[in-house]
Amino acid sequence: MMTPISENTATKRYVENALRSERRHFKIYAVLLLLALVAPFVVYPVFLMKILCFALFAVAFNLLLGYVGLLSFGHAAFLATGGYTTGYLLSTYSGFSTELAILLATAASTLLGLLFGVLAIRRQGIYFAMITLALAQLVFFFYLQSPFTGGEDGMHGIPRGALLGFIDLQNNLMMYYFVLAVFVFGFGLVRRIVHSPYGQILKAIKENEPRATSLGYNVDQYKLVAFVVSAGLAGLAGSVKTIVFQLASLNDAHWHMSGEVVLMTLLGGVGTLLGPVIGAAFVVSLEHQLAQSALGNWVNVILGIIFIVCVLTFRAGIVGEFQKFFKKNFR
Amino acid sequence: MSSEFVLETRNLVKEFKGFTAVDNVDLKVRRGHIHALIGPNGAGKTTVFNLLTKFLIPTRGQILFNDQDITSLKSAAIARMGIIRSFQISAVFPHMTALENVRVALQRFEGSSFHFWKSEKSLNKLNDKAYALLESVGLQEFANTVTVELSYGRKRALELATTLAMEPELVLLDEPTQGMGHEDVDRVVELIRKAAEGRTILMVEHNLSVVSKLCDRITVLTRGAVLTEGNYQEVSQNPVVKEAYMGSEATTLEGAH
Repeated sequence: MMTPISENTATKRYVENALRSERRHFKIYAVLLLLALVAPFVVYPVFLMKILCFALFAVAFNLLLGYVGLLSFGHAAFLATGGYTTGYLLSTYSGFSTELAILLATAASTLLGLLFGVLAIRRQGIYFAMITLALAQLVFFFYLQSPFTGGEDGMHGIPRGALLGFIDLQNNLMMYYFVLAVFVFGFGLVRRIVHSPYGQILKAIKENEPRATSLGYNVDQYKLVAFVVSAGLAGLAGSVKTIVFQLASLNDAHWHMSGEVVLMTLLGGVGTLLGPVIGAAFVVSLEHQLAQSALGNWVNVILGIIFIVCVLTFRAGIVGEFQKFFKKNFR
Repeated sequence: MSSEFVLETRNLVKEFKGFTAVDNVDLKVRRGHIHALIGPNGAGKTTVFNLLTKFLIPTRGQILFNDQDITSLKSAAIARMGIIRSFQISAVFPHMTALENVRVALQRFEGSSFHFWKSEKSLNKLNDKAYALLESVGLQEFANTVTVELSYGRKRALELATTLAMEPELVLLDEPTQGMGHEDVDRVVELIRKAAEGRTILMVEHNLSVVSKLCDRITVLTRGAVLTEGNYQEVSQNPVVKEAYMGSEATTLEGAH
């Protein structure tokens, strides 16, 4: 380039800024990972695993709401499909490989996601949400009526099996590290997607859909890919959750679950990578605490109040508000 | 490529429930021209515009681009053929930097827009080209500014840079100077003139001084139909146009707004 030094400085600064924020993020991830590695020695591992499963579910959901601007109100269907498929495979065929069950369950949810996506993706806003809700209700009734799911009783005593045939998952600590690995994989995938060339297009679509169209992007296809990935990851979360609790229940398919993941994501911070993780940890912990206290029956009321306070006062969510504070005071 | 007219419509009609917004419009846009579509409020200019860019589906009629029928193609498809539009409200991606805005457009030629497994760092090779485009519209200082923080005029300039990044054959501009102060208007006029080099532009414009400065040919619409067509001289002398615009024949069509 013959001209300006300014050219180099502007683009150089851009690259530097991106690198700096990436480094800062990786520092935070490293600290969190370290905490997660030692956590089971301090906190009951099953409780931690519950948090991780829901965190993965919320991370998958946030890929859609936070990065494409699509509010799916049917994500319970994918969580449940992951769970039931895993439960069915592991309890019907004794000695069925755990990792294969997880893969097949994820594939089943991914396929269901493709079906939902093809039907819903052309619609926007509330219509999109309603179509996903309606489809998820169909799936709910299917699981309610199907004999293999055990209807309202659910599936119990699903064997955890052994990972790769030799890592015994009955051991809670082993199980925990496996769940953590799955979570890190899911989180890493979403992070990669968000910060990829494809992620830039998603962002453009979220920011100004007609403009993205007028630049020649077929927005429906881009949205569909994100929807399918999100459904697959939600299924993965459901599958692992079923193995942890050795239980697949109708609760996971209920629209309550679709609502809860919205709550987790908004509370933690929609459109931030860590937000849904923090949100899930918060909601799961709160439910756990309340269930043990005298206020057990008031869980939904208390969550509702928290939700209202969140929307009214810290709309960006816990992580979102923290980021704003950080930007204002440290840069 | 050699056809004389880049864009042509034949008997284009758009009806909304018993109301004809666009009535048998035959439009021919000559290659290399800056062509304006003018007319009083509600004349159907924006509707024609949306028909041309497929944001609306015509009730009847044909749209041809380089003699090829594009009536049934979708928005994104015609964009890939080289027809890029702007919007009345500035069409930018507000929470991306100016550089990133232009890069989103450049990215389409990379074939990497579905690559979700790659790092976005792979896009950095587009930075220089994006910067050069920003420079061409005078936004070099704002390359790293988040777009929401830009002034209205600068957003429009950014939009133009993004449009030019697509290397369009035909640019459709929807009221490019709407809501702008004098200085911004002059700047945008200059930008459009620059952008028109080697391209064809069709613009909807209210501001007649802009039209008189820029446009080679003008089509006047009223009530959805073509009233007349010609260069600025011809059109501004036409008594029917004066009446449609001013409500009376007495006033001359001034280049003011």
